[in-house]
Formats: sequence, C-alpha cells, structure tokens
Amino acid sequence: MDAFAKVGIGTPLPRVDGVDKVTGRARYAAEYALPDLLYGVAVPSRIAKGRITGIDDALARQVPGVVEVLTHENRPSEAWFNRSWKDELDIPGEPFKALHDEKILFAGQPVALVLAETFEAARYASTLVQVSYEEEAHNVDFQASLAEKFEPSKKRSSFQPPKNRGDAGAAFTRSEVKVDAEYHLATEHHNPMEMHATTVEWHGEGKITVYDKTQGSQGVQSFLASAFGFSKSDVRVVNAYVGGAFGSGLRPQWQVQVATLAAKHMKRSVRVVMTRQQMFTHAHRPECTMSIRLGADSSGKLNAVITDATTSTSRFEDNMEDIVIWGMMNYASPNAMGTYAIAPRDTYTSADMRAPGAATGMTLFEIAMDELAYAARVDPLELRMINYSEVDAMNGTPFTSKALREAYREGAARFGWERRSPEPRSMKEGRELIGWGMATGMWDAMFSKTSASAKLSANGHLEVACATSDIGTGTYTVMALVAADTLGLPPEQITARLGDSSLPTSPVEGGSWAAASSGAAVQLACQSVAKKLLKAADKVEGRPLGGASLDEVVFADGRITLKSDAGKSVGVIEAMRAAELAVIEEEETASSGISGLVSMARKSRNTHSAIFCEVRVDEELGQVRVTRIVNAVAAGRIINPKTARSQILGGVVMGIGMALHEETFADKKLGRWMNHNLAEYHVPAHADVEAIDVIFVDEHDPEVTPLGVKGVGEIGIVGTAAAVANAIYHATGKRIRSLPITIDRLME
Amino acid sequence: MNRFDYLRAADIPEAVRQGAGEHVAFLAGGTNLIDLMKESVERPRELVDINRLPLRDITEMPDGSLRLGALVTNADTAYDDRVASRYPLLSSAILAGASPQLRNAATNGGNLNQRTRCVYFYDVQTPCNIRSPLLGCCAFGGVYRYNAIRGSSPEWIATHPSDMCVALAALSAVVRVTGPEGDRAIPFEDYHRLPGDEPWRDNTLKPGELVTSIDLPAEGFAQNYTYLKLRDRLSYAFALVSVAVAMRLEEGRIAEVRIALGGVAHKPWRRPQAEEAMRNEQPGRQVFERASEALLEGAVGQGENDFKIPLARKAILRALSQAAAGTPQSQTDKRIA
Repeated sequence: MDAFAKVGIGTPLPRVDGVDKVTGRARYAAEYALPDLLYGVAVPSRIAKGRITGIDDALARQVPGVVEVLTHENRPSEAWFNRSWKDELDIPGEPFKALHDEKILFAGQPVALVLAETFEAARYASTLVQVSYEEEAHNVDFQASLAEKFEPSKKRSSFQPPKNRGDAGAAFTRSEVKVDAEYHLATEHHNPMEMHATTVEWHGEGKITVYDKTQGSQGVQSFLASAFGFSKSDVRVVNAYVGGAFGSGLRPQWQVQVATLAAKHMKRSVRVVMTRQQMFTHAHRPECTMSIRLGADSSGKLNAVITDATTSTSRFEDNMEDIVIWGMMNYASPNAMGTYAIAPRDTYTSADMRAPGAATGMTLFEIAMDELAYAARVDPLELRMINYSEVDAMNGTPFTSKALREAYREGAARFGWERRSPEPRSMKEGRELIGWGMATGMWDAMFSKTSASAKLSANGHLEVACATSDIGTGTYTVMALVAADTLGLPPEQITARLGDSSLPTSPVEGGSWAAASSGAAVQLACQSVAKKLLKAADKVEGRPLGGASLDEVVFADGRITLKSDAGKSVGVIEAMRAAELAVIEEEETASSGISGLVSMARKSRNTHSAIFCEVRVDEELGQVRVTRIVNAVAAGRIINPKTARSQILGGVVMGIGMALHEETFADKKLGRWMNHNLAEYHVPAHADVEAIDVIFVDEHDPEVTPLGVKGVGEIGIVGTAAAVANAIYHATGKRIRSLPITIDRLME
Repeated sequence: MNRFDYLRAADIPEAVRQGAGEHVAFLAGGTNLIDLMKESVERPRELVDINRLPLRDITEMPDGSLRLGALVTNADTAYDDRVASRYPLLSSAILAGASPQLRNAATNGGNLNQRTRCVYFYDVQTPCNIRSPLLGCCAFGGVYRYNAIRGSSPEWIATHPSDMCVALAALSAVVRVTGPEGDRAIPFEDYHRLPGDEPWRDNTLKPGELVTSIDLPAEGFAQNYTYLKLRDRLSYAFALVSVAVAMRLEEGRIAEVRIALGGVAHKPWRRPQAEEAMRNEQPGRQVFERASEALLEGAVGQGENDFKIPLARKAILRALSQAAAGTPQSQTDKRIA
C-alpha cells in the first residue's frame, strides 16, 4: 500500500450505517419505545370537500383504553395566522392545518385522532367514530380542472420562470420539420418504504422531543414551535434514520401535527403512524399535461421550441414546478418560449417528488425530441449532438461544467448504440420486437449554507455532526468519507451524526444538495481540527515535523507526515497526548461566499446524463420488458462511488416505474384515490428490473460547489422514462405520449 | 380491526363445532383474512384457528387422484414432486401468483376463499355490495380497470383474484368440505359462484363448512398445458387476464381440452361448449379463434376495462398455441413463449 494511501473522497465505501440497519439497531420514528406512550389513530374524512357537521365519538370513548378523541372542537390552541404555519418550502397559499376547523379540503383528511393506551384499542375505536358532513361539489379530475388553470401571481420562491428568446411562434411556422403533440404524466405517490410516523416524547413543562419521519429536523422544529406555541429551544426533533422519502418528507406532514397537538393536549408522549392508505392523503407528484412544439430545419437543427405545461395543485396552496425550462436550457434553439400554469383540484397539495419538474418536464420533452429525430430522419443521439448547447441556452450563461457530450459518447459506447438499426420495428428476436431508445437528463447542482462540527478525542476517535438527514441516500457515509479524507483517519474511528435538530445548522435535505453542502461543512470543520492538531503535533518531543505548515504535511493512516520526508511523522494520538488535549472541537459553516455568489449569478450549475435503453415487446399481448439501461451521468466529483451508484440505480428503477407502472387512480364521483395500497399502486418488482449499467463521466468542476460535488440523488430518474418510451416506439412504431405506458395504452 | 375471540381447534370435529354460528371465520395462513380484518373489511367476532388440524398432507388416492390437504401451503404444493410432474399446470399457476413469502404462508384452502381485490371492496369508506349488502356498488363507472368483463350489471363486476383456482378449474378439481351437515364433495366449477343477487357470497360453502382438501383427478395434462398471466408488471400483480389450458392430444388431434380464464369474472371462467367444439380438431389458428370467440361471447367492458376483451382474446390464442406446442409459459423467464 502506498504510504499515503487512505480511505477518502472517491473510495467506494459500504454504508457506515449498514450494519445498524440490517440488525435493527437503527431506529426509525415509530420505533422509539417510551413509557406511558399513547397511540393515536386518525379518522379520515370520507368526503373530498365540504364541512363537518357533527362528530359522535360516544362509542369510541367506550372502548377500554381510549383516553381521548381529539377533534377541531376540543384541540388545544394553536397559531392563528397562516404565516405561523409556513414551512421551509414556503408554498404560497394557506398551509394545511390538521384538526383546525370543520372544513374538509380533501378525502382522507384527518378529522379526529383517537388516543388510547394501546394501538389496537385506538385503531378499533377509530372505526367507531361517526362523522357527519355537509358535502360540497368537488373535483379531483385533472382534465376537468384544466378549465380553472391559472398562473399564480405569487410564485413559489424556488420557481424559475421560463425566459423566452426570439420569436418562437414565427420560427415554428416556417420550420421545415415539425413536432406538435400533447404529452401527459399521471399522478404518482411517493410511497417510501417507511410510512410517515411521529413519536412525541413529552418531558413536561412544554418540553418535547419529536422523533419524526422528515427530511429536515430543524424545519420541523421551527414549524412545531411556531404553529403550536412551543418555545423553539424546548423542541428537539430527531430523524436519525429515514426509510426513504423521495420528497414526501420535505414538508411537515399531518402526522407530526396531530401527534404534537395530542401530546400538548394530554401532556403525555404520543405516537401516530400513518397507514399505507393514509400515505395517499398527502404528498404526490402533480399530474401534468404538456404541449410541445418543435420546429427544425431538414437536418434536425432546432429553430423553435414552444412548450406549454400545466400541473395539478390543491385548492388551498399553489404548488409550482419547473416543467418547461429544461428543453429551453438544454438545447441551442435560437427561438424558445415556455408557458406554465397550475390547475387546482380537491386533493392535498401536490409536492416535490424526486427531481420535481425535471423528472416530468425533461422526460416529456425528450419524448418530443425523439419524435423530431424520426421526423427529420436523424439518429436520436445525433440529433442531440446537432442541437448541443455549450451554454445554458435559456439563461445565456455558461455552465460551471457540462460533460454531457462525454456522457453521450461513453453511454453510447457501453450500450453499443452504433449497432442500432434506425427504422422502427426493424429489430426482432423470436416473437419480441426489440427497441433501442435514448434520452437526456438534466438536474440542478445546488448548494446550501450548512454547518458542521468535528470533535477529535485523545484516543483518536473523531465525531462529525450536522443536522442534515440521510433518507437512505448515504449521507452518513459521505460525511465519514469526507472526514476520513481530511484528517486521514480510518472510517472505523469516525462517527457521523446527523438527523437531530440540536446539531449544527442544516437546511432540509433535498434537491440533491446534501452531499455537496454537508460534505463541504464537514471538510471545513475537519480542516479547523487539522490546524489545531498540527499545532499540537509541534509539542511532540523532538518536533519531528519541524513546525511545518498545513501545506507541507499529509494527514493519512492516523498520522501527520511531512510531504518532503515520509520518514518524519507524528501520530494523531501522540500529538493529542503531547499537547495534553482531551478533545479538539470545531464548528464551521460552509457557504457560497462572495466568489460563490458571483459565480452563481454568472454561471449555470447542473448535472447532466445520457440514458440508453433496450426494451423487448411482445406486441400482441402488450408486454414490455426493459432488458437493459445504461445511464451515463456527469455529476462532478463522486464522493462515494458505491452509494452514488445506488442512487442512480434507484433513480433508474423509479424511472422504469414512471414509464410503465406508477399511476394513482381517482374515483371522480367519490373524489378519492382508490388504488391506495402497494398491491394496486404498482412500482417495479424485481422481475421488471434487469441490467442497469451506471457510468460516472469524469467531470472536474472546482467551481460548482466547494468540494466540486454536484449531487446524484435525483439525476438518475430524469429522462429515464423517456428512454423507455422512445425504445418502445423504436420497437413497435407506436408513439405513446401518456405515461405510464400500461398494456391498455400499448394496445390502443 | 374489530375485537374478536380467538379459538384454536384441536381436531376437525372441534373446528366444525367452533365454526358454527354467525360471524365466525376460519384462520389458516391468514394472508388475506388478516389484511381484511386490519382494514375492517372483514369483522368476524370469532376466529377459529385451524392450523393444528391434520390437513397438511398431499396424499395419493387409490383411484389415481391426488389429494391436496387444505392446509398445505401454496409453496409446498407447487414444489411437491408429484404435483410438479403430474400437474405442472397447477404448479405453474401457483408460482405465477403473489410472492414467495405469501406462497410460503398461504394455504390451499385459503387460496380458494380469498376475496376480490376490487379497490372499493378494500376501502371501507366507499359503498360496496360485496362488503356490505345493499349499499350499492361504486366500482360500476368508477375505477374499473381491474374488474370483470362478464356481465353488465353492478352485481357482476368484481373478479376472483386467484391464479391457483384458474388452474384448478381447468383440471376439474373437486373441493372436499366438511361441516355441521357432514362431508360433501363440490365439483370445482360449482365451488365459486356468480354474484347473482347475492354478490357478497363468493362460493357455495354453507355456513360453518370447512374445506378439507382439493382432489386432483388422475388426468393431469402434464404434456400439453400452460398458464399464461398478463398483468401490469412482470411479477407480484393480480392478473388483468390469465388463461389456463389443459390439453390432451392424440395423434395430432385434440382429444380433450379445458380452458379457464382468470381476471374476467367473479369465478374462473369456463365454457364447456367452447371446449367440446375443439374435440377431434387439429390444433390451429382457426380452431383457437373459434374457441376464443366462444369463451368471450357476451363479454362487456365498461370503458376502462374494454381492453381486457381483445387482450383476453389474444391471450387465449397464445395460450392454446403454447399448450398445443408443448411449450408452456415459464413463470421465471418473463419472455412470453
């Protein structure tokens, strides 16, 4: 082994929390055992819209063990103003307040919470609560809601308005080759493995610890303090382990509201766990309709991009996504125009779900690009090269880096794209038609101001901590790797802590920014420790390092070694002992800084990907098998190739689901989602997932974020469904513009 | 979940005694019943655990039939050498359903008695004729994708979800039951019933009756058979349409054939006339097409599930080709043969 070889950034390290997870030591929100715990079970609204006219809880209260039935009539006081209920995402509108008043806004809305000494008693009693309603006319049908679509005057703060260029309408009219079609994506629900759950530990005197399934402990802390009148310092929120979220944990969901209300009311600890059915009563990816018009010359060079999209939201909040900008940014068309609206329906508010906006908008756009390739008789990959833009074509700004060309090339080579026969229906084996399709993916490379601490003990053990979350993405491991890299300690000597609002400040985990942001903060904190440790090393007898500066030494194998003379080194424990230090503890904040802010204003920061897909279709019976996917990703520096690959694999599988399976069905008369369980809401099963090959393309980008990291949590899903849909077209000659492509749509 | 009394039967007579009365349910593998109880769809007041009854054997009978104990798990049945070699259609159908975990727990008797997967049946906040008589049916004109294409009235729209039962129908199995009035044998086609004016009754069991075994007649159709299941993903989904074919060829002609459809009706769907018409014919496209027409005669969609009719037609043709060619559908290789 190289003298300076070490585990660090770029080492494929297995999850440091893996053993805890598979042995059950990792505890999730519903798994904290507490004395005198009360169990709460929510009673869902039968109707989609109207008001509660009466609640008869007499039978429920007779069930032995039941201590209270909490409703809007007897709940404790809570904040009155909407602004007190805003969470970090700050969606315009009136945030949903559970058990607040008699209004029913969506089917499944909690209208009462039965509290009992056992879960079984609470669940049984919840079925005995009789609620009467005055129903109002509702609409949950997206197509019908389009009559009410609008462009909200107050935009969601993260919304990036499309910037039009040239005269797209005129350019489209005079284009030689045209695509003009409507595309659609069904409503999807996040369905993480772990159901949303909250255990509130009541400490007395208004102090609580809240074990919550959330992507942001400090966001929930602020929310609970402001909505329910706690002092912020009296609220600690813990989300040490999160069993997947996909965006469903970005906002505090109703279970944390009712659990906290109940704890406050009863002055006792309370647990509320959603059922799988109740997981369909909150966050979901909005349904989307998108019209795309592409105009090109006979060579396939784009003259005009015109996109118009509408996504669903609720009647009480205006959730917006960036749907139409992706094609406008990614392709060098001189003329481009995008319009976007939202349409309200009587459901809970739609929400961010893995790559919100891009997973929908870029995917649908890439199906249209595939149509253009056939219309212009150009190879789909060649079409992307012809229209390749070195700069962000919508904002006119350069990228900090864009190795998409390399992703196309490496992905195509691995896939064997050059052996593709261009005509649809031209590849066959046995009864099965074979199709090869491709698409492009694009996502933001974001960074958020984040703090972290590092504490080195005299025994050489290091603890790094940050209030960020690990929703299964590998953040624990990323933090440990960055710390190992910076201080040259083996990962076994490092403990990463996260998922606790009492730790150094972090924003909610999402948008693929956590690795870049918490990683940078951990590095800074460890660098500060390194400085002090080097000073301590100077106390070692004989001063082996001779007062060397940080630039002149290497931290590796638990030692500080002179770069100029590998024979001269000081051990970490030796240095601590020499300086008589019990601990060195530092906290630092990673922020963009002035240069970063300047860079953000001048340059676009994105991840890119190229996806190649093979499908085999039994046309007669409408059965599609996705036999091969290559996803080549340009995402800057990869901290942990192992967990990063897992993120892309997961994104690709979810993309297969978007292409073929995922769809939530509403009953329009009843105003409710009907396939609200994992038997009838389909995500890919093992049999649906065959070979997936992940490539990380070299992309050196020191400017994008402090570590040169772009993040990989979301890019894997973007465009994947388009590659599948395009492969199905190549196999069958059938262009299906509405996802998912189920048997009936393929048979039409 | 309702509160209920839990009783454990030591032997069959005791189970029959305990099973008498209103609102009693027998508990075997529990893979469906317990789910339904958690959803408050099923609300038995008494649960009689029959897992200790001596019904866990697969036995060769003197007349050449094979007796499958009601408590033998689906997995043990599918992988039993006698079943796999003599009744590969049954093994194949079992393995097309559910997941290994479920098949390890679910029993043969329980498989027969599983309830429909209609999404309204499962959601107690919606009216459902099957769950609560006389409340009406909202599936009719609602989320209908998975529902039946047999019959055009609200009473007829739920499907029976079992794969195993489709094969048992094709094999003309016999269900043996015991009860307060003694033992009886029910031909498989008479076990499940069409809804009629009592849609809440899935089968012809009388109150208190308990399934003790499923008997497979000697003829197992081990050479020419197939179970072809089409669904919304390649595993772990209920059938949109499934077809079981059991065929016996003699000198290149069809000596006997049974065709059963899943996913189209309230029970595995067979049309003896369609089967009879194929007798002595040479297997071929025209013969198969006539059979599919006869099987689907009178099929009606309700919009969302219209596609099931052409899908069923094509599936029947393919399944008959697979069976006649002796190339049954694999349940592990997802390519359709």
